[in-house]
Amino acid sequence: MLGVLAWRNIWRNRNRSLITMASIAGAVMLSVVTVSLQKGVWDNLVRNVVSLYTGYVQVHGKGFWDEQTLDNSFEVSDSVLQTVLHTEGVTGMSPRIEAFALASVGEKTRGCLAVGIEPEAEDRLTHLRAKITSGHFIKDGSDHALVAEGLAEKLHLSVGDTLVLLSQGYFGSTAAGQYQIAGILHFGSPELNESVCYLSLQAARYWLDAPDRATALALSLDDPRNLGRVQHALKAALPQTLEVMTWEEMMPEIVQHIKTDTAGMYIFIGVLYLLISFGIFSTLLMMLSERQREFGMLVALGMRKGKIAAVVLMESVFLTLTGSLAGLLLSWPVVWYLTEYPIRIGGEFAKIYERFGFEAVFPATVYAPIFIEQTLVVLGVGLVLALYPALQILRLDPVAAMRK
Amino acid sequence: METRTVIDAHNLSKVYNPDSIPVNAVNEVHLHLERGEFTSLVGPSGSGKTTLLNLIGGLDQPTTGKVLINGTDITAMAPNALIDFRLHNIGFVFQAFNLIPVLTASENIEFIMLLQKIPKAERTRRVRELLEAVGLPDKGDARPAQLSGGQQQRVAVARALASKPQFILADEPTANLDSHSAATLLDIMEKLNREEHMTFLFSTHDQRVIDRARRVITLVDGRISSDTAPAGLSHA
Repeated sequence: MLGVLAWRNIWRNRNRSLITMASIAGAVMLSVVTVSLQKGVWDNLVRNVVSLYTGYVQVHGKGFWDEQTLDNSFEVSDSVLQTVLHTEGVTGMSPRIEAFALASVGEKTRGCLAVGIEPEAEDRLTHLRAKITSGHFIKDGSDHALVAEGLAEKLHLSVGDTLVLLSQGYFGSTAAGQYQIAGILHFGSPELNESVCYLSLQAARYWLDAPDRATALALSLDDPRNLGRVQHALKAALPQTLEVMTWEEMMPEIVQHIKTDTAGMYIFIGVLYLLISFGIFSTLLMMLSERQREFGMLVALGMRKGKIAAVVLMESVFLTLTGSLAGLLLSWPVVWYLTEYPIRIGGEFAKIYERFGFEAVFPATVYAPIFIEQTLVVLGVGLVLALYPALQILRLDPVAAMRK
Repeated sequence: METRTVIDAHNLSKVYNPDSIPVNAVNEVHLHLERGEFTSLVGPSGSGKTTLLNLIGGLDQPTTGKVLINGTDITAMAPNALIDFRLHNIGFVFQAFNLIPVLTASENIEFIMLLQKIPKAERTRRVRELLEAVGLPDKGDARPAQLSGGQQQRVAVARALASKPQFILADEPTANLDSHSAATLLDIMEKLNREEHMTFLFSTHDQRVIDRARRVITLVDGRISSDTAPAGLSHA
């Protein structure tokens, strides 16, 4: 009956409770939509960034990320490949062998990052084929090369020309090779656009005298949220001579940027919740002051003050929970709509995005923990705010209360 | 009628503002009430009636003296123990704002038994009996706002009886009632006193209540100035 009593008490002043609930619902809706939109935008950006080159997870020889040389490459055994491919959550893998090289055409020479790839596997991971602006894609085992357009411009290269690559091979040997240009690639990232060229994995291994070796296995996942779990599983299953890194570890500056942006958003939500806290608190205080006589009467009749305080806490929970649920119900269709029909921005802003190879699209994401988190936050606010009236009740003098 | 002391107040005093301008609301009162009494506490405004009732009901702590209920010293009890003691031993009827407005008449009566952890079936049966006893068998589903003042006080009496208390303290129970409602309420309380030997102690200004009381205690300036006890009962 205490629950019934608390619920009915809320409706003693219907208009006041409805206004309080409406303000809670509005705040919850605004925060859920804001957080969902921000998470959606960041997820989309991360998806764009990782599909540009790194993948969500990479497997390297131990120490490779700190010192990116062929000496830290590793032998790609069947057992390693099978372990990686059979790890739950891993949907694709692209083995790479990477080396810094001098790219030379005629009298022009530039530094570049030469990457040996399995073309089809790489295309599934980074959509490399779609980045070709002229020429054609390469095949497994081919002796042809793909060159980023910035590098091609500097070397005055075009499709059909021959590129000479010089580097240090495995075991310290000199690596030299010449490759006909099959296609020119456009990357959104200026860094990649100025420096990268691709060979087939077989050709690169031959060039670097590093048979069966790779510097990285770049992985795609079924769900980016499984990142930690996949990393943990791979670390447990792979030999200690290998390191498993997530995109977050490989690109900490992006993580930092997300954290900074998220902190800003939480300040905004904090201010929002602070504002509604005043509304909830004033409602609770009014409920407290209006019912002093009643509280005194209940104590006189034999109801412990703790039980009366529990009723007031329940009232606050019901008030905030009802407002929160209304907020969730209102926010769900908005979040769903923004997920299905993302905000698209045009004009100069869109061009800046497109220059980096990204679409200027800002989707939301329907992610249950966001809804649960906001509800719990508001419930927590309600409970904390109800502590004051509850403490007042615990200190209540029934005789003084009944005189009011 | 079995005679047994229900209320035994010894040398009871209550001083307000003891550190500034002391007010002796109750001054060295000795009071004994036995089972089945129907007693009025009368006196002018400010004479200490309500304070004495609050002290006897354990709502307020005396400055000196003690209150024994059935031999138990309630002035020495810890706060929660005292609240529990009231729940099981003392019924209250107040002048106004007696009922919980969001509960129906039945729920108001049942509420006390719920606090006493009485099983549902027994609660339901007793609510029905008590509504019958106060003449409101068809008002169980009505909220207090849907009842007249007299009906609300009758529900309050039913609620006070619900806990099967040792006695009922009623503070100006008829103050806000018209003659007919007051008479009906007093009829019910007299009947409960006569048939079930329920002990009643009223504080009142109301001559209608005083006329029905079998014992009238008059308070003046916090002291008992007269105590007209019925024959066969002895009082201080």
